Amino acid sequence: MAEASRAIRASAVRLVLNRVAYGAVTLLLVSAVIFLITSWLPGDAAQELLGQSATPEAVAALREKLGLDRSPLARYGAWLRGLATGDLGVSLAANTPVADLVATRLPKSLLLAAVTAVVSVPIALTIGIVSAMWRGRRLDRSLNVATLSMVAVPEFLIATIAVLVFAVKLRWLPALSNAVDIGSASQFFRTYAMPVLTLCFVIVAQMARMTRAAVIDQLNASYVEMAVLKGARPAHVALRHALPNAIGPIANAVALSLSYLLGGVVIVESIFNYPGIASLMVDAVTNRDIPVVQACAMIFCFAYLLLVLVADLVAILSNPRLRHR
Amino acid sequence: MAQPHVQVTGLCVAARGPGGSEALIVRDVSFAIPKGQVLALIGESGSGKTTIALSLLGYARPGCRFAAGTVRIGSTDVLSLDDEELYRLRGGQVSYIAQSAAAAFNPMKTIMDQVVEGTAIHGTLTRSASETRAVELFRALALPDPEGIGSRYPHQVSGGQLQRLMAAMALITEPELVVLDEPTTALDVTTQIEVLRAFRHVVRERGTTAVYVSHDLAVVAQMADRIVVLSEGEVRESGATADILERPRHDYTRSLLAAARPKPRTTDEPREDTPLLEVRDLGAGYGRVGADGLPEIRVLDAIDLTIPRGATLGVIGESGCGKTTLARVVAGLVPAARGEVRFDGEPLPTNLHQRTKEQFRRIQIVFQNADTVLNPAHTIRSILERPLAFYRGVTGEAAGRRVAELLDLVKLPGSLADRRPAELSGGQKQRVNLARALAAEPDLILCDEVTSALDTVVGAAILDLLAELRRSLGVSYLFISHDISTVRAVCDDILVLYAGRKVESGSRSALAAPPYHPYADLLIASVPELRTGWLEGLPPRVTIPIAETHAAQPAGLCPFLDRCPLRVPGLCDRLAPPRQRFPSGKEVLCHREGEDLARHQLNTAITT
Ligand SMILES: Nc1ncnc2c1ncn2[C@@H]1O[C@H](COP(=O)(O)OP(=O)(O)O)[C@@H](O)[C@H]1O
Ligand code: SF4
Ligand SMILES: [Mg+2]
Repeated sequence: MAEASRAIRASAVRLVLNRVAYGAVTLLLVSAVIFLITSWLPGDAAQELLGQSATPEAVAALREKLGLDRSPLARYGAWLRGLATGDLGVSLAANTPVADLVATRLPKSLLLAAVTAVVSVPIALTIGIVSAMWRGRRLDRSLNVATLSMVAVPEFLIATIAVLVFAVKLRWLPALSNAVDIGSASQFFRTYAMPVLTLCFVIVAQMARMTRAAVIDQLNASYVEMAVLKGARPAHVALRHALPNAIGPIANAVALSLSYLLGGVVIVESIFNYPGIASLMVDAVTNRDIPVVQACAMIFCFAYLLLVLVADLVAILSNPRLRHR
Repeated sequence: MAQPHVQVTGLCVAARGPGGSEALIVRDVSFAIPKGQVLALIGESGSGKTTIALSLLGYARPGCRFAAGTVRIGSTDVLSLDDEELYRLRGGQVSYIAQSAAAAFNPMKTIMDQVVEGTAIHGTLTRSASETRAVELFRALALPDPEGIGSRYPHQVSGGQLQRLMAAMALITEPELVVLDEPTTALDVTTQIEVLRAFRHVVRERGTTAVYVSHDLAVVAQMADRIVVLSEGEVRESGATADILERPRHDYTRSLLAAARPKPRTTDEPREDTPLLEVRDLGAGYGRVGADGLPEIRVLDAIDLTIPRGATLGVIGESGCGKTTLARVVAGLVPAARGEVRFDGEPLPTNLHQRTKEQFRRIQIVFQNADTVLNPAHTIRSILERPLAFYRGVTGEAAGRRVAELLDLVKLPGSLADRRPAELSGGQKQRVNLARALAAEPDLILCDEVTSALDTVVGAAILDLLAELRRSLGVSYLFISHDISTVRAVCDDILVLYAGRKVESGSRSALAAPPYHPYADLLIASVPELRTGWLEGLPPRVTIPIAETHAAQPAGLCPFLDRCPLRVPGLCDRLAPPRQRFPSGKEVLCHREGEDLARHQLNTAITT
C-alpha cells in the first residue's frame, strides 16, 4: 500500500517535472526567436545614437564597442549567458544596465497586474458561475449581452472614455497615473482606479465567458444529475460538484486572460503614462534600444509561460485521477 | 387490497424536439406498487423507462416537462411539490441508482463524501453516524475492505464495486422507495450476479419498495414481483413476473422474449478444414518494448487459434481480458510481440508497416460503436465509396452501382445512401458499418461486440444478417462478445479468454457440457435464466481466500488463481497449469483432471 502510494506520488511528480521541462525548452526557443527578430529590426543602434551627422569611423567604433560587429550566433550566445546570470546588458539609450531599468519598472507593472487580477478574477468567476447556474434565464442572457459588448470594445477606447468621464468631466481622478509617492490608500486608489478599471473591463468579460462554458460543461455531466436526484440545491450542485471539476479549464481561462493582460498593459501604460515595463519597452522600440527590447520581450514571454505552466499544474494537482494514478 | 404505496396515473411527459415542437415521449402510463414490492419497467432503449423512473423523483430532464397525470408516493403528490419540497423528497424519501455508476460518481470527490452526502443534505445524521452506517452498508453489499474503501476516489475501484457503492449511497437515507435504472447493464455477467444478489438482499431485508428499470428480461425475472412492458412511451402489458414470462399476451412482449433466447444460426454440418487464419503462441500488448522484446503492458500471452475457411470462431471473456487487442493484432493495428499469425497459408508480417494493401483488404474489422467509425460529416455513399476506391479501385458509376449492391446486401434501402450517419438508427448504423467492411470484399471479418450497443431485437437481426452473409459470401468471422448466448448462437468454435490467456477452447457442442475450465463454468453459471427463482436457487459462491502469496511466484501461474473456487493449494499457486485436451476435443488450461472438474460442475449444462 505504502509502496503503491509512493509510486503514485512519483508519477505525479514526473508529470509536473515534465511540464516544467517543456516550459524551459519553450522559453529557450522563444529567446532565439526574440533575438532573431530584434536583430532584424530596421535601423542601426549605433547610427541612431550618434545621429545622422556622425562620421562612419565614429559609428564603426561604437559598433565595435557595443559588440554589433560580431556574428549573430556569438552575440546570441553571449546574450543567453548574460540572461542566465541576470546580466541583461546595457541600455544604449540610457547607458545604464538594463537590469537596473527593469528593476525600477517591473515591480510597478507587477503591482498593476496583481491589483487587476485581484479585482477581476473573483468578479469574473462569480459572473461565470452565476450565469452558468441560471443558464438560459433572463439573468444569464443579460450577463451574456453585457460581457459580449465588453469583449467587443477595444481597451484604448475604454481608457479614453474613462479619462474623459472621470478626469475631464467629473474631475474625480487624475488623467495620468505616474505612481510616484503613493502614501495613502486614497492616493493608491486615485492612481490605480482608471488603469485597473480599463484592464478589468476586457478580461473580466473573457474570463466570465470561459468560466461559464467550463461550468456548464460540467453541469451537463451525469454526476450532476445524480447530485440533483440526491436532493442537492442548485448552489450546492454548482459549487460542490461542478466547480471542482471545472477548476482545470477555469485555471486555463484565467491564465489565458491574465496573459492577455500583458498585451493590454502596453496600451494602458502608455495612455495613462504609467511607468511600468510595457511603457519601457515601447520607448525602447522607438529608440532602437535593442538590449532593453530584448529583455522586456523575454520578461513578457516568461510571464506568459509561467501563467500557462501554473494553470497546467493547478489542473494536474486538482485532479485525483492524475494525483492518484 | 390496501392503498398501494406508489401509484402512477395517466402520466404523460412531453419533450421538445429539435424543431422546437413538443411531442409526448411518455403517454398515459399508469401502474401501482404495493409496499415492499419490486416493480420492473422493461423495454428497449428510447421506450421511456428512464423518463418514467425519474418522474418518481419529480424530475424531468432538461427539455422535458410533465404534461399530465399524477405520481403519488404514500400521501405525497409528487408532481405538485414546490422546489423546496422536491429537495426534501429526492434522496430522502425516494432515491435513485443510475445506470452508469462510473458517470454518476463525481470524479473529484472521495467515495465516502458522496455516499454520505445525502444524509448531510437532508440533515438526518451526523457525519460520523452516517459514516458508520455507510460502512455497515458496504459490508451488507459484500464490498471488499468496507472500512477503507470510502477513502478512495471513484477511479480507484472497479465498475461492479462502484455500482454497489451507489446502492449504499441510495440506501443511506433509508428511503421508502428506491429507483434502480439499469443498475447492472454496464457490468460483466460474473460481476452482475454479485450485484444482483446484494441488491436483492438489502431491498428484501429492509422491505423497501423498488422500481427496477431494465431491458433484460432474465435479470428482471430475478428481481421483480411485477413487470410493466413499455414501448414507445406506452404500456403494452403488465402483470405478475411469472405470468409475463410464461403467458405473454402482447406481440411486443413475445418478440422481447424471443430475442432473449437466441436461436442457433449455425449448422453442425461438416465443413472444409483448410485453415484461413492460424495464430500460434501469440503475445501482444501496449507500451514501450523492453529488452526482452515484450511490451511494457502485456495483454495477450500464448494464444493459439485456428479459423477454418468459412467458419466462425467466437471469443468470449470479460471486459479488459484482451478480446479487442486480439482482433487488433490480427487486423495489423497492434504489432504482435511474439508468435506467428498465418493467413491463407502465408505468414502475416507482425509489423504492420510490412503488410501489403492486399493483406489489409482481406481482413476487415467492425467495431461495437459505429458512431466512432462513421464520419458524421459524410454521406453513407461517400463512406462506402472510400474503401471501394482504396481497395478495389472502383470509382465513378461503377462505385455508385456497388454502393447500391452493398446496401442491398445489408438489407438497407438504397435511399439511405444520401443520408448522414446521424439520421440513422443504431441498428442501421451498424449495418452501414458492416457494408463498409464488405466493400473491401474481405475473406475474414473481425466483429468486435457488434451487437453489444444494440437492443436485443435489433441485435438479433444483425446476427441473422451475419449468418446470411456467411452463407452467401462464404466469409469467415472472428466473433468477439462478452455474451455467451450470442456467441453460442453464431459460432462454430469458441475460445474463452481470461486475463489475456486462453483458458478453454473447443467446438460449440463441446462447450455445451462439463467439464469446463472453472472460469468458463463461472461464466456459464452466471448468465441469468429466463425464469423466476433462478437467482435464489443458486448455491452461494465460495472463494477460498488466497493463503499467502509467495514472495517469488513462478511466472505463468493460472490466471484465474485468485478467483477459482476449485484451486488446489500447493499446486495451483506453485506450478503453471498444463494445457489438457479432453475426450470431447476441448482444450482446458487447468491442473484439475476432466472428471474431477465435471464432478463439481454437474449443474452447469447449457440448455439452449
Ligand atoms: N431531454 C430530452 N429531450 C428530448 N427527448 C428526450 C429527452 N430525454 C429522452 N428523450 C427521448 O425520450 C425517449 C425515451 O427516453 P428514455 O426515457 O431515456 O428511454 P430509455 O430509458 O428506455 O432508454 C427517447 O425517444 C428519447 O430520445
Ligand atoms: S489451475 Fe487451479 S486455480 Fe487455475 S483454474 Fe485450475 S483449479 Fe483453478
Ligand atoms: Mg435508459
